[in-house]
Amino acid sequence: MEVGQMQRRLIEYTKSLFMEGILDDQFLQLQQLQDESNPDFVVEVVSLFFQDAEKLLNDITRALDQQSVDFPKVDAHVHQLKGSSASVGAQRVKNGCIAFRNFCEEQNVDGSLRCLQQIKQEYYHVKNKLEALFRLEQQIVAAGGSVPMMELSF
Amino acid sequence: MTVEDQRGGVVSKDVSHYDKFPVGMRVLAVDDDPICLKLLETLLRKCQYQVTTANQAVIALEMLRVNRDKFDLVISDVNMPDMDGFKLLELVGLEMDLPVIMLSAHSDTKLVMKGITHGAVDYLLKPVRIEELKNIWQHVIRRKKIDPKDQNKSPNEDKACHGNSESGQGASSLGNADQNGKNSRKRKDQNEDEEEEGDENGNDSEDPSSQKKPRVVWSVELHRKFVAAVNQLGLEKAVPKKILDLMDVEGLTRENVASHLQKYRLYLKRISSVASQQANMVAALGGKDSSYLRMASLDGFGEFRNLAGSGRLSSSTLSSYAPSGMFGRLNSPAGLNLRGITSSGLIQPSGQNLSSSINTFGKLQPTLLPSNQSAGLYQGIPTSLELNQLQQSKCATGIGDFDPIKDSTGFTVSGSFPDNRVTVGSSSSLLSRASSNPLMLQGNSQQTHNRGPFGNQSSLGVAPLNPESFDLGIGGSSNFVNHNRSDESWQGAVQLSRFSSNALPLSEPFNHDQMASNNLGISSTSPHIGNSPIEFPSTNVVSGRLEDSGDVCQEGLIGNVVHNMTYTSKQRWEEYKQDYNPNMNHSFSDINSMVSNNGIVSPLGRSLDQNSAICGRSFDVSLIGQLNGGALSNAHHSEFENSAVDAKIKSNEDCLLGQTKSQDGFIQNGYESLDDIMNAMMKREQNQTLLSDGEFGINAYSLGSCI
Repeated sequence: MEVGQMQRRLIEYTKSLFMEGILDDQFLQLQQLQDESNPDFVVEVVSLFFQDAEKLLNDITRALDQQSVDFPKVDAHVHQLKGSSASVGAQRVKNGCIAFRNFCEEQNVDGSLRCLQQIKQEYYHVKNKLEALFRLEQQIVAAGGSVPMMELSF
Repeated sequence: MTVEDQRGGVVSKDVSHYDKFPVGMRVLAVDDDPICLKLLETLLRKCQYQVTTANQAVIALEMLRVNRDKFDLVISDVNMPDMDGFKLLELVGLEMDLPVIMLSAHSDTKLVMKGITHGAVDYLLKPVRIEELKNIWQHVIRRKKIDPKDQNKSPNEDKACHGNSESGQGASSLGNADQNGKNSRKRKDQNEDEEEEGDENGNDSEDPSSQKKPRVVWSVELHRKFVAAVNQLGLEKAVPKKILDLMDVEGLTRENVASHLQKYRLYLKRISSVASQQANMVAALGGKDSSYLRMASLDGFGEFRNLAGSGRLSSSTLSSYAPSGMFGRLNSPAGLNLRGITSSGLIQPSGQNLSSSINTFGKLQPTLLPSNQSAGLYQGIPTSLELNQLQQSKCATGIGDFDPIKDSTGFTVSGSFPDNRVTVGSSSSLLSRASSNPLMLQGNSQQTHNRGPFGNQSSLGVAPLNPESFDLGIGGSSNFVNHNRSDESWQGAVQLSRFSSNALPLSEPFNHDQMASNNLGISSTSPHIGNSPIEFPSTNVVSGRLEDSGDVCQEGLIGNVVHNMTYTSKQRWEEYKQDYNPNMNHSFSDINSMVSNNGIVSPLGRSLDQNSAICGRSFDVSLIGQLNGGALSNAHHSEFENSAVDAKIKSNEDCLLGQTKSQDGFIQNGYESLDDIMNAMMKREQNQTLLSDGEFGINAYSLGSCI
């Protein structure tokens, strides 16, 4: 595939992510922060997010698995996940966290578990998408092209 | 902000900062979430700030403590595992006085409110956007401006901004007490983040650290208003916004109020412990300051951190206060805290304690003035030490708040006190430190100068020591009174200021004459207090005496006392105390002698016991004010204080002591009353020109303002 085509494909792909609400404009902000002095910024931040999120999800799972659930702790984890997902633009994950907090407040274990499942799903979903996105970008760069900047026109 | 080209090429002067200032602003970002931290860092870099990151609050605190001037602004997450973001916010605000911006994924109104009340200059939501970060530098400027004060240091940028011109200078010269007041306004202005007011929590002045951010100088008057507003609302319900509205001070921002409130609260806590003692003291105002001892308890002030920046008056320091030195001590910690030293308690001793305290100056603490002996006490001025202690303790608490006091500049009072007491000076430092009470010092400077006769000028200018903090001075002031000895360690005077709350009953009209003679002769040695003031005990100088004949004596007393006390500029405090007169009568009386401000002091003499406390208060106030002047210290004290004191004293014309307007009130609320007392005293003193001597540095200002 030639560069131009790849670039168009990338744009379309990214656009679709936005349309579906998987990503929000915070992601665009991240992209805008990327520049020569910081060429891999987006990838770095997103990678950090992946690591952090997975750890948090594990912690939450374990916490909910306890006999007596420590909700404040769970809440703290969720809060952090919310913050980081919001920072990278993983919108659905963030929304899931918001919903999760309600369950935590109610100390509803079942509800929390269900919500956790949902968050996990969203998380893996966005992870896949972003990884695909990065691959596309890499291909473009490898082919000698430059990664097009998304515009917020959509 | 005229930041002197600090790193990042910050350009001086606010105007130019537009050009460069925001660039290179040094930000410390704290967040346990690595993603957010990284993002924040990148965003900040994009804004061309210099960023340092910390993923733990304790690390951040360490960095800040190591070198506060390395940063202009702190951005911190609210939810952190090792320390609550609000706690960090408080600590940073209190210790380093840097503007702090809170960051959170929660937009809960309650949290935002909490942030504001804890003194945050802003509250941002995650994910943070670059547009918001582009504007955060304004907090730095604001703070700088407000802070121009004084602090003698040529505040780097800060105050320079407008504040500087006004306040900055003021800072150094306590005499500028007024200016400081202005400066404080400035700061407040700066902080007015009107737009942000709504949501922001209180943008703290951002750059206290690196540049001198103009701090709001909490003059006595201002503090008084503040306290009045808080009382009106009820401490629990007092929120910055409402307080701000009630105070109706131009240029005061919510943030200023918020941070001041925060300090005030802390101060109150401290006071309450001391208050009990003080309460006793207050009661004893007339007689003993047992409460004064409380002042001793004030040692806790040491914590007050602000006091002298770190001088916390820790009572221990007080003890070692060796008359001249004592005040120095006071300055830092609590002494200055005059603040509220449960005002009553502190000042109380005024009469008695002062004397004794003065003598014991070293001991200030415990008995600050309890020895009604005012007369006798002062003699030894050692009491002043006590006073100092008292003050310190008090100050400590109070002073902590004083932040505005900007470091000891206010204390310069001590400087002026040729006498021993100079402690005032130290107290002033406290005052300054009290940071919040820049007012105090301010007052002092003024006051002291008036003292004219005082030579010492006890300008105790007990700078506004935030009424609360005034305690410092006043309590101690009483001791000052003992100045008679002029050497006495002004501390007594200082104490007096503390006493202010104690309503230095300067009942006795300071034997003006004596006082005058004594005045502050402190420098001249006249332990004025000893001479005339000693009579204080009876002289409720503060209370009535002052009024009459403008008993400046009161002021004078205080001043005298102060003067006498230890004019060593430290005594300035005493002057404050004198201001404090109303209550200070005691202290004043004692102080009066010390202060020899001649008129004022006399009252002190009388009530030395009481007044001394009061005086102390006023002194403190003035001192503080004076101290603020920083310049006052010693060198200036005479002029400074005199002027300050005089100004203050004069303004009131009546013996400040007599005025003790709120005497009653003062003593009571402890804090509030102290303020009032202080104010009253200050005012009185002003009239009295207690500080006449300016030496005291007690900024008559404070005295006057006290009133």
